Amino acid sequence: MQFGSMTITEKILAKASGQSFVQAGQNIWVDANILMTHDVCGPGTIAIFKKKFGQDARVFHKDKVVIIPDHYIYTEDKYARRNLKIIRDFAEEQDLTYFYGAFTDKYKGVCHIALAQEGHNIPGTVLFGTDSHTCTSGAFGMFATGIGNTDAAFVMGTGKLWVKVPETMKFIFNGTFPKHIMAKDIILEIIGDYTVAGATYRTMEFAGQAIKELSMEERMTVCNMAIEGGAKNGLIEADEVTESYLKDRVKKDVNYDFFRADDDANYHTLREYDASSMRSVVAKPHSPDNKGYADEMQDVEVDRAYIGSCTGGKITDLKAAAVILEDKKVAIDTFVVPATREVESDMDKVKVNGKTLREIFIKAGCAMTDPSCAACLGGPKDTFARTQGLERVISTTNRNFPGRMGSKKASIYLASPYTVAASALVGRVTDPKEYV
Amino acid sequence: MDSIIEGKVYVLGDNIDTDQIIPAEHLVYDCNDDQERKMYGKYALSSVPEGQQGLPDGQIPFVSEGSYVSDFQIIVGGDNFGCGSSREHAPFALREAGVKAIIAKSYARIFFRNSVDGGFYPPFDSKEDLLSFFETGDQARIDMKKSVVENITQGKVCSFNPLGEIIEILESGDLFSYARKKGLIK
Repeated sequence: MQFGSMTITEKILAKASGQSFVQAGQNIWVDANILMTHDVCGPGTIAIFKKKFGQDARVFHKDKVVIIPDHYIYTEDKYARRNLKIIRDFAEEQDLTYFYGAFTDKYKGVCHIALAQEGHNIPGTVLFGTDSHTCTSGAFGMFATGIGNTDAAFVMGTGKLWVKVPETMKFIFNGTFPKHIMAKDIILEIIGDYTVAGATYRTMEFAGQAIKELSMEERMTVCNMAIEGGAKNGLIEADEVTESYLKDRVKKDVNYDFFRADDDANYHTLREYDASSMRSVVAKPHSPDNKGYADEMQDVEVDRAYIGSCTGGKITDLKAAAVILEDKKVAIDTFVVPATREVESDMDKVKVNGKTLREIFIKAGCAMTDPSCAACLGGPKDTFARTQGLERVISTTNRNFPGRMGSKKASIYLASPYTVAASALVGRVTDPKEYV
Repeated sequence: MDSIIEGKVYVLGDNIDTDQIIPAEHLVYDCNDDQERKMYGKYALSSVPEGQQGLPDGQIPFVSEGSYVSDFQIIVGGDNFGCGSSREHAPFALREAGVKAIIAKSYARIFFRNSVDGGFYPPFDSKEDLLSFFETGDQARIDMKKSVVENITQGKVCSFNPLGEIIEILESGDLFSYARKKGLIK
């Protein structure tokens, strides 16, 4: 490596810290382009912000603190309701430009997807969010990472935070993915190989021809689960696919940088995968790195299917599920939760063989509800599709820790929307290969 | 921050995630309300599977039924402690339950950072595998200056890694006090 050579992550952080060169291992202070928070961590962040900067303190920039309630929306839990009011009052008091309040026509749904859809993801910039899956936005060639309430309160007041520049692990997928392979299979394959701590403190960067052929939504799913490998951030180089997604979503006066790595940049790991030989992956209970393959698990019975969340509730995900469920009936309880209002409205526009996704899901016997995080992380007892007992769930979500979807006695299997939909038809883990 | 920390040890395994530390349904209580914040102590580590609760034997709840504070003050963990969510409620819950220190083999990044920047307790990491060095219920004494932990019950001593530069943040109190001391904020 030559002095001056940088990875994409190093280039983004160098720019955000006002330096021409930074290197993995350095502790630096960076400027945040956006701080995102939601209803679960917002109230705590706001309390620390007021305690530390004063009751009359103002946020560092009213366009740059984005609040997106999404976790506990459709619940009667009195504390959850109170928390929605705390963030609403704060947004009003601070005159925040981007507050997507629950039960208003501005409500969106799952924050990571709303950030993308509302044009807050800007390539080359830094995004901090009080949610570990903030790394989703790395799909836009930006540095995005999850932080706690104390750090978020600090950013809220100053627009700055210290970060240690991470080393990069680069995963290169050569060739083309088979038709039945989705983003979830890609990231579960890697996490299975490297474990849930294999990328701790590092960047997981995804590259190669097969990754370049992925849509933005699929790229977001891959980057979303970088945290499940322990990574600080996930990253995919911005390109023409990114550009075309941003075109109608980002304001005209916003500048962005499409950083490229230097040829002789230094990597912690370079690992190549053959995209064409990929199989449908299922993460078995109770860890995302507990890798199995759908074609070897066909005797595993499941009694619930869940299609939703930031990794499984986008329109690409729901369309994939609909391709398999069209004109068929599910054999087990199947729940569909669109990630955002935009996805929900697209369910009435996007069609498979002339039928809208909503029509297909209704006819197949799925239960549906409004967009939010819903049962992905359990939540209050009355949350839609939350596990209450010994359920065996196959789910498009991103975590299967004990108790994650509510009941600690439940078993969660993570898989792609294709695999979850195929399994819903059979009541056992099912390889979607024959269905698509 | 005291350089000597003494207490009863609670032993956990690898990959203790934040859903096990504080299940999501409890993330709703106000951390600044004296009554509500106690709930975080009550439910700390409440989703750890029974067999993993207090190793080597398990079946020892971290906080006993009806209580808000744990009998254990020092947590000994394996690899990747605190993986999962960015919820700062996790280190907050542990501190509300009375935790004064954690010694784990390694940590998940956000949990480690939250423990330090929020000034909750020092998260030490050990070179050695402490899971075979301690049993739940042992009395331990941590000497931060010497970077050693003594198992008083079993009469043996083991070293851990010095905290390094983050000690400045913990000694200041939290990230804010540290930044003020350094002149980074007013």
